[in-house]
Amino acid sequence: MNSPYLSSALGITWRYLHNLYTRPALFIPSLLFPLFFLAAFAGGLSAVGDTPGFGYYDFTAFQFSFILLQASSLAGVFAGFSIAGDFEQGMGRRMMLATRRRSAIVLGYGIGAAARLGVTWVVVTGVALLGGMQVAGSGVDLAGMYSLALLSNVAALLFSAGIALRFRSLQAGPLMQMPVFIMLFLAPVYVPQSLLTGWIEPVASVNPVTALLDATRSLMAGDPTGVLTAYAVAFGMIAVLAVWAMTGMRSAETAG
Amino acid sequence: MSSAVATGSPLPIQVGAMAGRSIVRLIRQPAAVIPSVIFPLFLLAVNTGGLNTATDIPGFPTDSYITFALGFTFIQAAIFSTMNAGQALAQDIENGFFSRLVLTPMRPSALMAGQLTGLVLLGQMQALLYLAVGFATGANFSAGIGGILVLFVLVSIISVGFGGIGLIMALRTGSGEAVQGMFPLMFVLLFFSSMALPRDLIEQDWFRFLATINPVSYLIEAIRSLMVTGWDGEALALGFGIAIALAVASIAIAAFTLRGRMLKS
Repeated sequence: MNSPYLSSALGITWRYLHNLYTRPALFIPSLLFPLFFLAAFAGGLSAVGDTPGFGYYDFTAFQFSFILLQASSLAGVFAGFSIAGDFEQGMGRRMMLATRRRSAIVLGYGIGAAARLGVTWVVVTGVALLGGMQVAGSGVDLAGMYSLALLSNVAALLFSAGIALRFRSLQAGPLMQMPVFIMLFLAPVYVPQSLLTGWIEPVASVNPVTALLDATRSLMAGDPTGVLTAYAVAFGMIAVLAVWAMTGMRSAETAG
Repeated sequence: MSSAVATGSPLPIQVGAMAGRSIVRLIRQPAAVIPSVIFPLFLLAVNTGGLNTATDIPGFPTDSYITFALGFTFIQAAIFSTMNAGQALAQDIENGFFSRLVLTPMRPSALMAGQLTGLVLLGQMQALLYLAVGFATGANFSAGIGGILVLFVLVSIISVGFGGIGLIMALRTGSGEAVQGMFPLMFVLLFFSSMALPRDLIEQDWFRFLATINPVSYLIEAIRSLMVTGWDGEALALGFGIAIALAVASIAIAAFTLRGRMLKS
């Protein structure tokens, strides 16, 4: 990676973060959204943690793991919205003229999305701890947990970037958001997989998000299970979605 | 719109013309309608699969979570349709149709009634679909045929009530984007209610308090009572009372706002 490449990427990152944090209407909803879900699920459903066979040490921590993945993934999707908006307004075309290797554009947004994620993590974790969440995992476990969340952010960003670069319009927003939202909710959100019933049980068992969620919860509980599988799934998704994003970039280049 | 409207025809004809337009618009824009029909079904499916074990909690009123959760689906659909009503009117304001309408002898009440007719019709179609899905997936309806009729009446009133809120937002802001901005607020109303568990089984005091002061809880509980317990006078009285109050208040405020908007146009 040469220096002009990195400086292009960092320039895009700076622009993305500047636009984000100078417009509260953009970043406040993305902060409030996970907090709202955390409050609704951990507060409203805590009695579900008492059902026979639930077997997790703390219901708030159980829900926090889901909210962490959800917030991280949606931060990636929101960065996809910015890509779509920039290409819609013609800024994307100027970025393509200014960068020799166009993958720097996606990298720039990716670094921006990860930086934005740090703020989200601090707020969501802080609120969960204030709400009485018990943390059973060690420092290493938690680092593993947040790393998985970061990988889910990268995967969601690459997916959204692929859509954004193909449609180059904010009207494609639902196409970025809905599949991610659906994938997340087709995992064992409320109860462990063993307690799921009906059609959602087989769907959850083949949903890659389930592997990430189970590993995240196990790391939170200090009892790592299926972590290597989760990392393999995450890197596999990133590899496939990187191709999706870069072919999207080619589509944007062709369109001029 | 028919030429009769422009010549100062009676109110029912004006309402009919606007209602026809509203219905045709719904049919022609499936992309705007389908998500508000499908999304509640998706959430119903996810919640039912994920929370079926909640029926094991001592004191849970039924052993079928689909029966318990189905009531929430009707309310969710009605609240989502708020966006449809508001979005349609905001679009009319943005593209200048509303200004042209103001130049005709169209009565404000006809405009509002017309917009809401499409919404009520959509609400009925949704109710029919959700009932069919509920029955197909094993939900009970303890109140029988009479209960189904009561359900349709209640859903209509709720649709008018939330549709009125959508109209107020559209008339005040004249912007479809602003109407869409209400979505998170609607989500909060839905989720901080007794949607997932009965209020007496919510463990967290602060959440139970929010669910108790949230009128949406009583709308859900009225419909739920028809399915779970049969005829529960208190739940139905609270549900109908809140739905009627909401409808009257939102329509009155929308009418007042409409008058102001017509003077400005």
